[in-house]
Amino acid sequence: MLEINGLNSHYGPVQVIHDINLGVHAGELVALVGGNGAGKTTLLHTLSSLHPASAGSISFDGVDITRWPSHRIVAAGVCQVPEGRQVFAPLSVEDNLRLGAYRQYSDPSWVRQELGRVYHLFPILHERRRQPAGTLSGGQQQMLAIGRALLGRPRLLLLDEPSMGLAPLLVEEIFRVIVELNRQGVTILLVEQNARAALAIAERGYILETGRMVKAAPATELLADDDVRRAYLGY
Amino acid sequence: MRLTGFFIFAASVALLPVLFPDNYFVTVVGIAAGLHVILAVGLNLLIGYAGQISLGHAAFFGMGAYASAILTTRFDWPGLLAMLVGLLVTGTIAWLLAQPILRLRGHYLAMATLGFGVIVHVILVQATHWTGGPDGLGEIPALSLLGWIVDDDQRWYGVIAAAMLLSIWLSLNLVDSRIGRALRAVRGSEFAAEMMGIDATRAKTQIFVVSALFAAFAGSLFAHQQAFISPDSFSLMISVELVTMVVLGGIASTFGAACGAIALTLLHESLVVFEDYELLIHGALLMAVMIFLPQGLFVGLTQGVRRRWISRIASRQDMKGERNSTVQQ
Repeated sequence: MLEINGLNSHYGPVQVIHDINLGVHAGELVALVGGNGAGKTTLLHTLSSLHPASAGSISFDGVDITRWPSHRIVAAGVCQVPEGRQVFAPLSVEDNLRLGAYRQYSDPSWVRQELGRVYHLFPILHERRRQPAGTLSGGQQQMLAIGRALLGRPRLLLLDEPSMGLAPLLVEEIFRVIVELNRQGVTILLVEQNARAALAIAERGYILETGRMVKAAPATELLADDDVRRAYLGY
Repeated sequence: MRLTGFFIFAASVALLPVLFPDNYFVTVVGIAAGLHVILAVGLNLLIGYAGQISLGHAAFFGMGAYASAILTTRFDWPGLLAMLVGLLVTGTIAWLLAQPILRLRGHYLAMATLGFGVIVHVILVQATHWTGGPDGLGEIPALSLLGWIVDDDQRWYGVIAAAMLLSIWLSLNLVDSRIGRALRAVRGSEFAAEMMGIDATRAKTQIFVVSALFAAFAGSLFAHQQAFISPDSFSLMISVELVTMVVLGGIASTFGAACGAIALTLLHESLVVFEDYELLIHGALLMAVMIFLPQGLFVGLTQGVRRRWISRIASRQDMKGERNSTVQQ
């Protein structure tokens, strides 16, 4: 479904992403793991064309989308849950969700139905749907960010550090939802610093180090790998 | 429910001339205030909801006015047709102007529109053959709406009030629509908005054009109502004053912008008696409002009232709670 070939990305003269190859098949849950500053977020931003690629190609469903503008990529079904949630604080919870459906205006009945599905998935959002999103707790904002992306009718969902800054109990809850979504048929690329949690639910994993892909293997293999264990799992 | 405020406002606008017939403040100042409301509400869409500042809005106001004036006096076009053409031309120019500028983030639009405003003013003064230059254009015929001639203050009050209510209604609906949500998202974070699939440049361009159209519409009405226009009415000072109206009333609130426009118009009128000191008092009042009500006149006051109301209810409930607890003891 998603094919990244030899992708490079720069901030000014500094190269952040070096010759990345990565693939995600339809229906998969793939984890991309790496430490601080490894280039995980830059890679996702390049994927969504929020940051320009300097070389290489990205194709989605066999179509080259490397130079497409962001809004076209979203319309094609690649939706991102940004790092640090990025909810629109002064807007109500429901307005935030409706913004997620910005590209789905031609199908209002689908939007209504999906809104119901998100509220079913996260009942607390329904309870607070009239409140400004800024008044939600961090965990609730993360739920909102995921719900918002779901309203974009994603075929590929990009999750950027959904566990960031959340209490362990909430991390568990969010990860349970991620697995549930994947089971319902959403293809997911999960970017995480929390390697153990991410690899525990993923089928395959990639390890990114200072902008280079150092390992790609089934998740269970990575969890058993000595280097990975020492560097990311801490035992 | 959402439009409750609108209907209350519309009713009071309709009642004023009935309660105070032939009152100078209603029929003469009211017309000026109504035009300012259209301008401020349009500008507020840009400033309040898209987070962009236009310092050249008087230019769009002037383009609407001069389009109507020139087409009706020199080519004997009917007023409504001239107005439509004025809107079309202004919208096209605003769209062209937006193309290079709105791709950039930040306040580049403020700079560009400032320059644009100055250029349009210079053209109005210099192109004497078309615009009459500094002497202006006179003998603009009265507006005829399907045979109904708008030629006295009472009728003008009705027309401007209707136009003003229409623009407020349009603005309220626009803000609450898909495009309105997209704009508020762009204002919050252009980056996150792009992630939602919003084409930020396009959203900003659209609202800039709509905002310019509001101004041109007001300009066209202004030209017919005054029957005489000169470049003075479309100078940089007017642009700045329009921004002041929006900020004074309260940014990102349609009624805030309307309230700011009415307040500033009334202020000008009532300070005339102070003659030389007018500007001084004007400036001092604006500074006082910005210091004590930084969210603006309308937004600040309504929020204050609401907060006091809520705290009163809360304290009443506290008292009730205390009484209950003493009973239990």
